[in-house]
Amino acid sequence: MDLHTKTMTELSAGLDSGEYTSVELTQTLLDRIAAHNDTLNALLTVTGEQALAAAARADADRAAGKAGALNGLPIIHKDIFCTRGVRTTCGSKMLDNFISPYDATIVERLADAGAVVLGKANMDEFAMGSSNETSYFGPVNNPWDLERSPGGSSGGSAAAVAARFAPGATATDTGGSIRQPAALTGTVGIKPTYGRVSRYGMIAFASSLDQAGVITRSAEDAARLLGVMAGFDERDSTCIDKPAPDYAAALGESIKGLKIGIVRQHFDEGLDADCGARVKDAIAVIESLGATAIEVDMPNIDYSVPTYYVVAPAECSSNLSRFDGVRFGHRAENAEDLFDLYCRSRGEGFGDEVKRRIMTGTYVLSAGYYDAYYLKAQQVRHLIADDFKKAFEEVDVIAGPTAPTTAFKLGDMVDDPITMYLNDIYTIGANLGGFPAMSVPCGFVNDLPVGLHLVGHHFDESALLRCAHAYQQATDWHTACPEVFK
Amino acid sequence: MSAGWEVVIGLEIHTQLATKSKIFSAASTAYGAEPNTQACLVDLGYPGVLPVLNKEVVHMAAMFGLSVNATVAQRSVFARKNYFYPDLPKGYQISQFELPIVEHGELFITDADGNDKRIGITRAHLEEDAGKSIHEGLDKSSGIDLNRAGTPLLEIVSEPDIRSAKEAVAYMRKIHTIVRYLGISDGNMQEGSFRCDANVSVRPKGQEEFGTRAEIKNLNSFRFVEKAINFEVERQIELIEDGGEVVQETRLYDSDRDETRAMRSKEEANDYRYFPDPDLLPVEITAEYIESVRGQLPELPDAKQQRFVADYELKKDDAAILTSSRPAADYFEAAAAATDAKAQLVANWVVGDLSGALNKDGLDIADSKISAVDLAGLLTRIHDNTISGKIAKQVFEAMWDGEGSADDVIEAKGLKQITDTSAIEAVVDKVIEANPGQVAEYKAGKDKLIGFFVGKVMQETRGKANPGQVNQILKAKLSG
Repeated sequence: MDLHTKTMTELSAGLDSGEYTSVELTQTLLDRIAAHNDTLNALLTVTGEQALAAAARADADRAAGKAGALNGLPIIHKDIFCTRGVRTTCGSKMLDNFISPYDATIVERLADAGAVVLGKANMDEFAMGSSNETSYFGPVNNPWDLERSPGGSSGGSAAAVAARFAPGATATDTGGSIRQPAALTGTVGIKPTYGRVSRYGMIAFASSLDQAGVITRSAEDAARLLGVMAGFDERDSTCIDKPAPDYAAALGESIKGLKIGIVRQHFDEGLDADCGARVKDAIAVIESLGATAIEVDMPNIDYSVPTYYVVAPAECSSNLSRFDGVRFGHRAENAEDLFDLYCRSRGEGFGDEVKRRIMTGTYVLSAGYYDAYYLKAQQVRHLIADDFKKAFEEVDVIAGPTAPTTAFKLGDMVDDPITMYLNDIYTIGANLGGFPAMSVPCGFVNDLPVGLHLVGHHFDESALLRCAHAYQQATDWHTACPEVFK
Repeated sequence: MSAGWEVVIGLEIHTQLATKSKIFSAASTAYGAEPNTQACLVDLGYPGVLPVLNKEVVHMAAMFGLSVNATVAQRSVFARKNYFYPDLPKGYQISQFELPIVEHGELFITDADGNDKRIGITRAHLEEDAGKSIHEGLDKSSGIDLNRAGTPLLEIVSEPDIRSAKEAVAYMRKIHTIVRYLGISDGNMQEGSFRCDANVSVRPKGQEEFGTRAEIKNLNSFRFVEKAINFEVERQIELIEDGGEVVQETRLYDSDRDETRAMRSKEEANDYRYFPDPDLLPVEITAEYIESVRGQLPELPDAKQQRFVADYELKKDDAAILTSSRPAADYFEAAAAATDAKAQLVANWVVGDLSGALNKDGLDIADSKISAVDLAGLLTRIHDNTISGKIAKQVFEAMWDGEGSADDVIEAKGLKQITDTSAIEAVVDKVIEANPGQVAEYKAGKDKLIGFFVGKVMQETRGKANPGQVNQILKAKLSG
């Protein structure tokens, strides 16, 4: 049986009909992970025993008629989510030895719905990176070309789903960390509206931008998984106190009359011409399904990357202060005094990219620079958000490329952070404004996947999912599987 | 001290708010638990945890703001104050910075000349307390107790309107009284629930510009505030008069040696890199909410004092003492309501004998061994001439020792005043007969001897004769 190729919707049906049990399904995928994880380095921790136990519980629940929404379905968690009793590294040496004493809210919710966790996915250190190369545990290889990057920071989640280790994985997105890896691995990735999903238990990078979401192979599965994760959590003050819509129900609705905004600036220089062509093809398909494309202008969108690289490092410099070697995480040996303990624990525990951002962030918040950098960036952030809001007065969804190129070779940009930062040029705006956004596979260039980027208005994940689902009903890019992992 | 110099002081008072749980977590704030038993994952700053504001602190801060005639902001913002220290688990303290919840308040103290003096309150903001470092009993290492981490604080910042150590103490006492009246803090200074930092500078009289200030940290008693400021003022004046300059720095007061010592200078000061905390939304409250808080405010010390003077006709000083704490004021009012004796008599007893007894036994008035109603019972017996004021003291002591109500004691000890004229006349006759010499002297004009005769009569009656009657009868008989 090709259980690994099936979507969650298909697997649910198989479990329902008794064709196989969750234990069988889980064992199949664990075997697959055991066979291929060394090739990809997608998972940092495999929780086989716990997974089989959870699967057995799910089977028992199902037999007792108590099946939750995700009963028996295997998933993978990005290693940024705290999992009780399981190592939670955040891709860093700093937390190499950290066993979380508690579960993140989304971990709890998915478990309550009956999901089975196979393991924890590799990621850029503290989610800072666009290639997965900043992980202390080594880069993840792209299943479509093992010499290439799967993107980042959720590279492990994306690669694992692309390689059919699991039908879905959790991920996080601060500037594009769900959508860019989804684009580079031919998977579906959705980052909901800021505040839609609780951040409690998700290790913070930049609190005002971080948002949890999912990577799957179909929009339908994304709706399914996100539906369980979304919703108010009193432990997160920034969580929206509104019930999440029924995403799965929205999928069936037609996209006739849907207005699609095309941002002129997104097709300027910087975008690979072939990638641009695939994206335009995809927009044409969506138009053929009854949507109308309208050009929209976003005069401030070009400031997204510089704005982001002030706000995100500023918040990270403060968020990462708690890693001081005193209560948890890496602690330097034989410290001479307190200052030495701090300097060496942090010096040894953090990698270069994390240090670069802590230093940038510390600088932009310093007395005398705050107004020129941090405050100015916050002002520009509002302008960018206003561009989006203005556009959403005319359109329902904004469509464009997710990333400027297809997957790049590992090592190509490690010494060139600026070029690396430009990988998120199309995705960052949605984070700055808190808008929901999604990447959907829309074809290939030289056998490497290309992603279509969709951004929606606040709280309107449904429009994105509906649009993506309609597109996937008309195309089959999302069912393509890398040769090695068939 | 120092003719020719003017002292300028501003105080930052940190008052712990009396919530059951912490400002951003559900852990208990109770004092005195085993180290690190009241610190949850949020207090410990674990990866992934988030703060959630305890709404009660907003209510308390609003109460305080309205009590000092301040503006209570409808929108205030929590920021992060970033610095590394082992007792600060997150590496930043969450504190209101640019937009505090309370601004532009004031209160009035009595200055050295007995006049009302206005002290401006710049702001009061909410923040979390840090943990404690522990050095005692640990060899070559330091311990950290995070029980206090996350305890809610209201930091109340005064304008530099204070001109002497005495005024500083008066201001601090006033704030202390207010927060306890409002019930928003226990004000316990030994436990650190109420402490202050004093910014002190001096300038030549007439100079407009402020001198360079030093900040004395963590003063936790009224006495230390006064002593530390006085020491610091002397130090600065001497320094300047000797041709030196005051440097802006943080100093610590050493109570054992009664001096302040430099802790760190401005150059070594942290750049706290304040920015709005992205984990917390701005605190937004409506005008209706603020008005509802105003409606719930108790009567405040100043208003109560004025009422005591107006309604009970008390002396201003007694009214001030009685209203300095709510339990004392309540006790007084309960006692005054339960007797026909004059309110000033009630006040005299509460401020005098009762306070003395409470002090001696180290008791709060709320735990008094004599209830307000029982004290009223005693004063009623003075008022209706059953006993004299002097006998009353004896009765009071017996009551304090648990011998029952005033009437029980008077009955049991036979202390009832003798008001029967014939009985007193008999004793007077006896005294006159026994002291012919003094009688002769009195008759020759030595009026003062009346006291001698009164004393003798009281001695004979063991103090029970009504003094007024004794006087009257003696005078009549001696002039006869």
